[in-house]
Amino acid sequence: MNLTIEVNNNIITADQGDTILEALNKNGMSVPTLCHMKGLFPTGACRMCVVEVEGRRNLVTACSEPVMNGMKIKTHSLRVIESRKTIVELLLSNHPDDCLYCERNGSCELQGLSEDLNIRERRISGQKNKFKLDVSSASIVRDPEKCILCGRCVRVCEEIEGVSAIEFVGRGSKTFIGTSFNHGLNLSTCVNCGQCIMVCPTGALKEKGHIWEVKDMLGKPEKTVVVHYAPSISVSLAEEFGLPSGYNMIGLMNAALRRMGFNYVFDTSFSADLTIMEEASELVHRVQNGGKLPMITSCCPGWIKYAEEFQSDLLENLSSCKSPQQMMGAIIKSYFAETENIAPENIYSVSIMPCTAKKFEQQREEMTQNGISDVDAVLTTRELARLIRLYGIDINKLEPELADSPLGTRSSAGKIFGTSGGVMEAAIRSAHYFITGKELVKFQVKGVRGLEGRKEAKVKVGELEVGVAVVSGLKNAEILMDEIRNGRNDLHFIEVMACPGGCINGGGQPIGTDEDAVKARMMSLYDIDEKDAIKVSHKNPYITELYDKFLGKPLGHKSHELLHTHYQIRDVN
Amino acid sequence: MKTTVQEILDQYPGAGRDSLIPILQQVQEKIGFLSEESVIEVGKYLKMPASKIFGVATFYNQFRFNQPGKYHVQVCRGTACHVLGSATVLDEIEKQLKVKAGQTTKDKLFSLEVVACIGACGLAPVININGEFHAKVTIDSIQSIFDSYRNREE
Repeated sequence: MNLTIEVNNNIITADQGDTILEALNKNGMSVPTLCHMKGLFPTGACRMCVVEVEGRRNLVTACSEPVMNGMKIKTHSLRVIESRKTIVELLLSNHPDDCLYCERNGSCELQGLSEDLNIRERRISGQKNKFKLDVSSASIVRDPEKCILCGRCVRVCEEIEGVSAIEFVGRGSKTFIGTSFNHGLNLSTCVNCGQCIMVCPTGALKEKGHIWEVKDMLGKPEKTVVVHYAPSISVSLAEEFGLPSGYNMIGLMNAALRRMGFNYVFDTSFSADLTIMEEASELVHRVQNGGKLPMITSCCPGWIKYAEEFQSDLLENLSSCKSPQQMMGAIIKSYFAETENIAPENIYSVSIMPCTAKKFEQQREEMTQNGISDVDAVLTTRELARLIRLYGIDINKLEPELADSPLGTRSSAGKIFGTSGGVMEAAIRSAHYFITGKELVKFQVKGVRGLEGRKEAKVKVGELEVGVAVVSGLKNAEILMDEIRNGRNDLHFIEVMACPGGCINGGGQPIGTDEDAVKARMMSLYDIDEKDAIKVSHKNPYITELYDKFLGKPLGHKSHELLHTHYQIRDVN
Repeated sequence: MKTTVQEILDQYPGAGRDSLIPILQQVQEKIGFLSEESVIEVGKYLKMPASKIFGVATFYNQFRFNQPGKYHVQVCRGTACHVLGSATVLDEIEKQLKVKAGQTTKDKLFSLEVVACIGACGLAPVININGEFHAKVTIDSIQSIFDSYRNREE
């Protein structure tokens, strides 16, 4: 605090190097923004954040202008308000007027700004945008007519994910966001992570919905409809129902899913435990037999497609384990079908994921057994909330219920999969036991916890010092992979998640997810872990039973058939 | 054997993204347009995503993304031509060739481009096909102009 500035006749202090916007925010004041993205370099493109600075002829953009000592700023003068209002009116002039039918009705930033600026009539009429809907992707639907060209999707795709599947195409009033050579998103380098959806202010980007298929199946008596939810879902749903971020809704969610008519409610954290059994065994096997190291996790389908495209020389380093979603799918249609005596083709298996890339993963040809898909439909957290509302369920009034046995019981190691570093920690806990026969003291690997994009630690496992690294955001993965390629050899195991912070910040999470929400979800997961009695996957009694009765042993014949997969090199264009 | 694009890239050792536009210009000069393959090749060399190159190239009028036809049709949309009805002429040409500006007909015979004033205002509305100027074009004369080129093929 070494600068003094005057804002709306009040004196406030600011730090040298802050932008006006940062100084305002630190003092509890705000101006509207559209193109601004916290943590990324400002572009000043949308001009929503303009303020009046004494002595300056033109309005200045608060997001990009550094504060100077003695600056006198008006954030809501008549001139400023008129200017912001005109910007929004211009954006509305060629925007479709179908808010009532829009995915983002109620969560649209353009709608919000229009309301905040009290826009009540169409003052400016423009020619409406005419574009085709891009429904080619298994995960993401693009509607360029609703795009206001803020550029946030382009930036997140390039600067956070290092993918650059989309870019500004054309010039002037004919500019739009498109892929290389205007192909469908399915043919682009898009890894389906859905971070573009999370930053889109309007309905121009949304997930490929599976709600109606699921609803249809729930009405078919001949179908056994099975549902399972990812570890992060129970701590991410709260905002959709007006509850505080991170609030654990697991019991209420089980109850709601049963009300909707799902015949069996399982927990993907169970198969996260199963993933750990296989993955930790694979790691131990690689370490003890001179296998390819470092081994890299394979639970994140965004990362997998990215690796197939951009890091294909390192595909041998990827664990061959399917993700928990796909392991659960495979077990439901084999072990569960057998024990319950249901024909696999009569099971409709739904997974609820914080993720849009899971919709792509579910459709991969590798993810089938005898022509039957492991998983039939994938709902995002947002879609789950929509489904709950569709069925008129007042979730806050329900009594909590438990998930079904046996695939609904988990250790807390499986639960922390939802946060960046969780898979790593869970795997180390079990690998430690597999190698030394003893449990890890306190079960904690503190060095891999937190929301930083990159975390590294050294863990003592018996005589061996294991080097581990955890990255989230694929740009961070790219940097680490380059280090490996350039000869870095102190790492044994790497966890990669496409979304910054892991699944708790996934592309399928509630719109409006911010850093505080992600932090609250992470704390909630570690809190669950802290209080849980079973903290390691290999002590989950139902996992032991599954191996005894069905699978045999980790990395065994049956495991390889059902729980492991292979990857393909994808030509990058 | 080296590709045409590779031969061009060889002239730019150690090039960065600031060399993108001259490279694209040379590629277009050599192969007549920017093919998807050539954009990918340039991208790999400059370590730039293809989407980014496509974004840059579509910003400028000078780049084409379709193989030009045997006969390249330029429709003048300058002021004088506009006043004398070049908009309807363009519409009619698009209708007859069944392509939009920037595209090439399926039989690869004609490609269509809209240009600003070509300095022949006395002939407005004017079109230029492979350097041959057709003056005072009307929607009724278009058919016979294209037919005269089609007849050369038979």
